[in-house]
Amino acid sequence: MSALIPYIDEPHPVTGVTNAKLGMWLFLASEVMLFGALFSTLIIMRTSATDWPAHGSDVLNVPLATLNTVFLITSSVTIVLSWAALKMKDLKKFKFNMGLTILLSFGFLVIKYIEYTSKFHHGHFPSTSTFYAVYFTLTGLHGLHVIGGIITNLYLIGPGSKMWEKEPERFTGRIECAGLYWHFVDLVWIFLFPALYLL
Amino acid sequence: MSHDSHNHSHGHDHSHGGHELPFWRKYIFSTDHKVIGLQYGITAVFFLLFGFSLMLLMRWQLAFPKQAIPLIGKLFTEDGVLSPELYNQFGAMHGTIMVFLGVVPLAVGAFGNYLVPLQVGAHDMAFPKLNMMSYWVYFVGGIVMLLSFMTPTGAAASGWTSYPPLSVVNGPGEGFWGGLFTGQSMWLLGMVFLITSSLLGSVNTIVTAIQLRVKGLSFMRWPVLVWAQVTTAFLLLLAFPPLEAAGIMQLMDRVGGTSFFMPSGLVVSGEAWKASGGGNPILWQHLFWFLAHPEVYVLILPAVGIVGEIIAVNTKKPLYGYKTLVYSMLFLGFMSFIVWAHHMFMTGMGVTMSTFFQATTMIISVPSVIILTTYLLTLWGASIRYTVPMLFATAFLPMFAIGGLTGLPLGLTASDIHLHDTYYVIGHFHYVVAPGTLFALMAGVYHWYPKISGRFMSDTLGKIHFWLSVIAINGVFMPMFFMGMAGVSRRLYDQTVYAHGLAAQPLNVIMSVSAWILAIAQLPFLYNMATSWKWGKKAESNNPWGATTLEWAASSPPPHENFTTPVEVYRAPYEYSSNKKLLPQFVQEA
Repeated sequence: MSALIPYIDEPHPVTGVTNAKLGMWLFLASEVMLFGALFSTLIIMRTSATDWPAHGSDVLNVPLATLNTVFLITSSVTIVLSWAALKMKDLKKFKFNMGLTILLSFGFLVIKYIEYTSKFHHGHFPSTSTFYAVYFTLTGLHGLHVIGGIITNLYLIGPGSKMWEKEPERFTGRIECAGLYWHFVDLVWIFLFPALYLL
Repeated sequence: MSHDSHNHSHGHDHSHGGHELPFWRKYIFSTDHKVIGLQYGITAVFFLLFGFSLMLLMRWQLAFPKQAIPLIGKLFTEDGVLSPELYNQFGAMHGTIMVFLGVVPLAVGAFGNYLVPLQVGAHDMAFPKLNMMSYWVYFVGGIVMLLSFMTPTGAAASGWTSYPPLSVVNGPGEGFWGGLFTGQSMWLLGMVFLITSSLLGSVNTIVTAIQLRVKGLSFMRWPVLVWAQVTTAFLLLLAFPPLEAAGIMQLMDRVGGTSFFMPSGLVVSGEAWKASGGGNPILWQHLFWFLAHPEVYVLILPAVGIVGEIIAVNTKKPLYGYKTLVYSMLFLGFMSFIVWAHHMFMTGMGVTMSTFFQATTMIISVPSVIILTTYLLTLWGASIRYTVPMLFATAFLPMFAIGGLTGLPLGLTASDIHLHDTYYVIGHFHYVVAPGTLFALMAGVYHWYPKISGRFMSDTLGKIHFWLSVIAINGVFMPMFFMGMAGVSRRLYDQTVYAHGLAAQPLNVIMSVSAWILAIAQLPFLYNMATSWKWGKKAESNNPWGATTLEWAASSPPPHENFTTPVEVYRAPYEYSSNKKLLPQFVQEA
């Protein structure tokens, strides 16, 4: 916005972060509370349920979910690499790594789509049982977060990257924030995967 | 902590502020925090009046059960009698609108947006576009809530707390879209918008207050209002998301046929409920109150901040125990996260849980009392200047005290059994929020009006407004305590069908008449607000009250980007010297 707002591209001497980064951390704190409430729901539903699968693997597809876990963890690495590339002033390498991140996240969604459709095909809907209600709501909300991340990353690799020419520091900061968010999405999945599929 | 370096990027010679923006950019889709603050304020006042009107209609039914509402009754039903269905809708929507669309947007959206950047010496919020978005998301949430009255079964009718299973089975629709276009589903959807809006707003407030402080403004030099707004923002940030999660789940229950909150074996109107069951209705109460208890402090803390500012200015004394006050607010904010289940003593959650939440509830009353005490001690020995804002601010103290102290019997499990879900609860809560928070917000309007418009509001009208309001509002809420202790439940459409309700019925007439007088008492306020903008007495200087905080360094009204000359802070707020010489934060010499 206006140049009259300080600490857009340099860290504040007291807090040690830029405005955007502080904002992102606060936003993630709020997200923790959102998913915290849903995970609490999972625990309460499970402990009080009359019919709950003994193991998630009895009803859910663990190999596919494992592949998805690999996809997400790899994408977390590539997004860090894309940020590191900007730190080394290499826009091309940034675009390569960011592109890879986006590709991997699309891969995640495709597999999620396969999982969902096979569930629907077998007549398993959110209304089938509280297990499926929790499964679809948690993974669905996580999926929405993935979609949000893809849209942001597409913007940053596309029209948003014009900022690199004029304000490279600020653009690098944006990628870092996008990375923070993406790590969070990844982390939620790291909790979801064992909680739903393995335990 | 106080080590701030001054590296504003001043001196960039770019054109800002001066050039004319088109009307829609300047006043509608504006990114200026002051315009957004006013947008929040005006919208919130509209919703406050709307929510208040709902209650004024319900008050007719309560005072004169099953009699046609004179003059306007025919607008709502054929015979002019407020039907039980409408009564329930109005009740649920009164609470929702007043809390989520009225008081919070006014206290946080309007006052926070307008004053926090000014008080920390910033040129705008840290994220101006996000700020604009926050307002418009709130606006959409409000529209969704209003549209819910247009659905075939009317608006949400399960109380502002929306407890399932009732809220899930109430007025269901056919299929997905039919289910979505019902009052309760629209309520949930509206809440998701409002929660998103407050999330954006609170991130913005915290970042602005922390990062954009001018040179010299260390944390312990923040005005109390900034402390109050930052604490509030943290509550909004962390307490609202669980309700968002709960809202999504209840929406799934309503339109997706899930059973998050629907127990097994539920029978509705003689038929088994068609869903898998296995859910837990109490879970909703936990998630709801995890938000809604901190929400009470979201309502009260900005008011505490506003009152602090006004008391300091009008006593010309430093606030007594400023640090104690700050730490109390922070402790209050923290504790508010672990008291929620005192709303649920009657759910049978067990003695251990009840004892824990009873203990935390008693603990949280300590910082509240400290806050009140610091204000009272500030008044002690001061030569108080009774301006209109000061009248409201001093009235806030006993009103908030009544509200707070009557909360203690509700926080104790033994006495709560008798008082739970009676009018006593309504009286307690409203004393905190109506003559408490709303009086403080009115005080704030009178106090900062000269800053916002450059003109004073009329003193005479203000005093009429104050005295009528303070008498009428006690007439509305004081009888509620007696009615509650007589055992009258809070959501009765017609209490005269019970013997104990019939005995207490005269109190209802007193309350209703007081409520209508209270409504009339707001007319001079609205008239005053509207006309003083153009015809009010001009404020002769930028700092007409002789205040010490940074917003009074800006001209009135502050220009786009607030400060035309660089400002700096040299001392703590409220340092009035002993010889009554004014020492604002922004003036250098001692």
